[in-house]
Amino acid sequence: MGKWTRRAFITTGVLAGGALAVGVAIRPGHRAPKVAHKVTDEGETLVTMWVKIDQNNRVTLIAPHSEMGQGAHTALTQMLADEIDARWEDMAYQEAPALDEYANWALGKGFLLGDADVPDALVPTIDGAFMKITKAMKLQITGGSTSVRATGVYGVRVAGAAARELLIDAASEAWGVPASQLIAQDTHIVDTVDGRRLSFAGLAEAAAGRQPSATPSLKTPGEFRVMGQSKPRLDVPSKVDGTATFGIDAQVPGMKYAAIKAAPVFGARLVSVDSSDVQAMDGVHKVVELDDAVVVVADGYWQASRALDGLQITWSETENDAKSSDDLFAQFDASLAQAMEGGESKTDVEEGDVELAFADAAATVEATYRVPYLAHACMEPMNATARVDGQGCEVWVGTQNPLGFRYEVAAALDMEAEQVEIHQHYMGGGFGRRSDADSAIQAALIARAAGVPVKLIWSREEDVRHDHYRPAVASRFRVALDRDGGIKAWENVYHEKHEPVEAPVIPYAVAARKIHHTDSPTHVPFGPWRSVDHSQHGFFTEAFFDEVAVAAGRDPYEMRMAMLADKPRHQNVLRQAAERGNWGETLPRGVGRGISLQESFGSLVAQVVDVHIDNGKLKVDRVVVAIDPGFAVSPDGLTAQMESGVIYGLTAALYGEVEIEQGAVKQSNFHNYRMVRMNEAPQIDTIIINSGEAWGGAGEPGTPGIAPALVSAVFDATGVRVRELPLAKQDFSDWG
Amino acid sequence: MIRLRVNGRDRELDVDPAMPLLWAIREQLAMPGTKFGCGIAQCGACTVHLNGNAIRSCVTPVAAAEGGEVTTIEGLADLVEGEGLHPLQQAWIDEQVPQCGYCQSGQLMSAAALLATNPDPDDAAIDAAMAGNVCRCGMYSRIRSAIKVAARASAVQFFDPATSEVEEASHG
Ligand code: FES
Ligand code: FES
Repeated sequence: MGKWTRRAFITTGVLAGGALAVGVAIRPGHRAPKVAHKVTDEGETLVTMWVKIDQNNRVTLIAPHSEMGQGAHTALTQMLADEIDARWEDMAYQEAPALDEYANWALGKGFLLGDADVPDALVPTIDGAFMKITKAMKLQITGGSTSVRATGVYGVRVAGAAARELLIDAASEAWGVPASQLIAQDTHIVDTVDGRRLSFAGLAEAAAGRQPSATPSLKTPGEFRVMGQSKPRLDVPSKVDGTATFGIDAQVPGMKYAAIKAAPVFGARLVSVDSSDVQAMDGVHKVVELDDAVVVVADGYWQASRALDGLQITWSETENDAKSSDDLFAQFDASLAQAMEGGESKTDVEEGDVELAFADAAATVEATYRVPYLAHACMEPMNATARVDGQGCEVWVGTQNPLGFRYEVAAALDMEAEQVEIHQHYMGGGFGRRSDADSAIQAALIARAAGVPVKLIWSREEDVRHDHYRPAVASRFRVALDRDGGIKAWENVYHEKHEPVEAPVIPYAVAARKIHHTDSPTHVPFGPWRSVDHSQHGFFTEAFFDEVAVAAGRDPYEMRMAMLADKPRHQNVLRQAAERGNWGETLPRGVGRGISLQESFGSLVAQVVDVHIDNGKLKVDRVVVAIDPGFAVSPDGLTAQMESGVIYGLTAALYGEVEIEQGAVKQSNFHNYRMVRMNEAPQIDTIIINSGEAWGGAGEPGTPGIAPALVSAVFDATGVRVRELPLAKQDFSDWG
Repeated sequence: MIRLRVNGRDRELDVDPAMPLLWAIREQLAMPGTKFGCGIAQCGACTVHLNGNAIRSCVTPVAAAEGGEVTTIEGLADLVEGEGLHPLQQAWIDEQVPQCGYCQSGQLMSAAALLATNPDPDDAAIDAAMAGNVCRCGMYSRIRSAIKVAARASAVQFFDPATSEVEEASHG
């Protein structure tokens, strides 16, 4: 547990009725009792911030993580069930309400900073990692693949172990026997000498007031019964019969529906709108003007969107009205050229003498790689339902950051955070998009202006055109080779620096390295997109490595292995993927195999991809994914995340492109922002390696490695080196 | 007034006949299981059955459903005899298909229409029937295997509400 056990204070408090509350807090203090009434129902006892036991001996995990399909609720529940020794059938999950007391940002923050032991007083002022992403100090975010590896490892397991020990101590006192002869088993405390049993529920109150251990003993992997098992996901049954309630399904009495059109060019303002034709349309309630958007509120969404289409809207002019993607990439190239040729840049890594290595290089390889803007295109378009009155505001929404939304909505309405209540719903996809409160803020402003509760639904066109995008990025490389085809020096300069900071750093042993970045700002808004900066750097660094290996006359797999001699964990992941993927086989013309290795969010992932060219079309046949997450809490859940991450990354690599035309986004819907579909989806074989190292993430690490493995396979099949995504821009008609 | 049957129940809708069936189902009939994803027949999230055929309700005016039989995800289980889930729903649980789950109503309705006409589909038939349904969470391989698992479940009985006749479909 390292530093966190010492920093994670276990606090206790006595609730009304003499029951016990235990929490794992990052800062000391009796915070559990303050929130008890928010999470307990009649007849239930709060045993820890993360645990609730009702009269039926049901153990409910209360954790501040939202579910967007990544299985976080189930995996966290497994961790608690194991530590507290409850039967799986007795377990349930409840998402923590959006209250400061549940904020998990300190955990996530400290984790992203590399487990830095951040002094308490400093934590709220650090402007880094997640802060920039959410633009909010108040964080309760599901992102950065942190549920299991931060909240789970440092919070839920500790809370569970502490609760188990408290219950055992309570039974020990009640029965007058030493605690050493008592065990927790199947949601009961059992006396191993005479076999008597008492339920957790029956002991919860007796445990009140006991001092919890500062260092509860956690189970070792050999003692896990629930962790490491593939438990059926708790949310799945409701997702096959239509009963799962997403944000878009919220029902509020008296609500109207709103359709919105925001200024096409980012940064433009609403000048005027002629709504005379529309006001009288059947079912139209009101036209609402926001600073940068026009909204129609109507009896139904269809009436609202039809009326919206009939409006004559004038937007302000901006300096970006003529901008195109070509202009932006030209700007990026100029910024990189300046940085490469001695202009200003910020250093990520500088080791050895790069200039000297280039001066006496046997050969050099240079290339520039580019990726376009990408929209998240969550299956559920952005939406939020809001009610505002003189007292406060309620918002019904699916969010990756309920607490952050609470503060942002409050600020937009000029209210106190306490006046805003967020009702969390399932998310029809998040991928980073639902950490941004824009649609929730709009819904609140519209509801206030309209004087009725309003459900705001973005059209898919708005969703694609007003995202916070994975940025378009260019990355320039040069490498110095020695006479034996080894890399003497690696220089890389890029722009758009976000998180995680280590994303562009390669794991391979190179004596002289210089990795640096510059700024090249645009008017297009940025947001975290599944795997964040890894989504571009995974492609850049690994695709370029493949190119270098070919230039050096070496096998890309063998060359990686040779340069990872001091990293056996990396080697093992790569070897397992290569073996399962039949690396080294000779393949016919038009058929290719590629490989990549990517470390992100604490997990190592190697991928081997098979492609062939069929009638001039690129087909992806098979993807082998080997992942070492340290330990897989739910192997099937992890496998599903790999499948999901690969398809998400594959969609981007093959088709993903948001282009800027006259300052605005050109693409609009799935016909021109294409998705990989059933008939194009490859077979995906996942290998899980439980190395026993620190636990890593699952939701994001599958995404970055597919694009580089894919272009490596395309080169193998065709000899065409692809340095710009998406691959749809390539013409393969000559290749069979 | 538009009259139609939805999940076996007679319903009357006092709406503009041009209103897409999707919004009539979600808002007028307050049945939110059918989802909005694109509005232009590109994603399949809104798939329902009209007289047994899978259709995209986002581009189907309610007028086109007048006098018809509409089945939504809420009525899928009733397409088979007896209590409990449709075999596809059970297979979806067994194979742990859904992630975010948002596309799955549409996926299930497309798959159910497929199995009703082709009780033992091969990969090409699955591709053809399911390519109109996007899953942004990328659960395609699970959807494919779940369809095969459901198809293998023996003696699945399909109930066609249009004819109210029970037809026995045999599976290999
Ligand atoms: S919402 Fe109908 S096909 Fe997408
Ligand atoms: S399960 Fe999320 S879109 Fe299919």
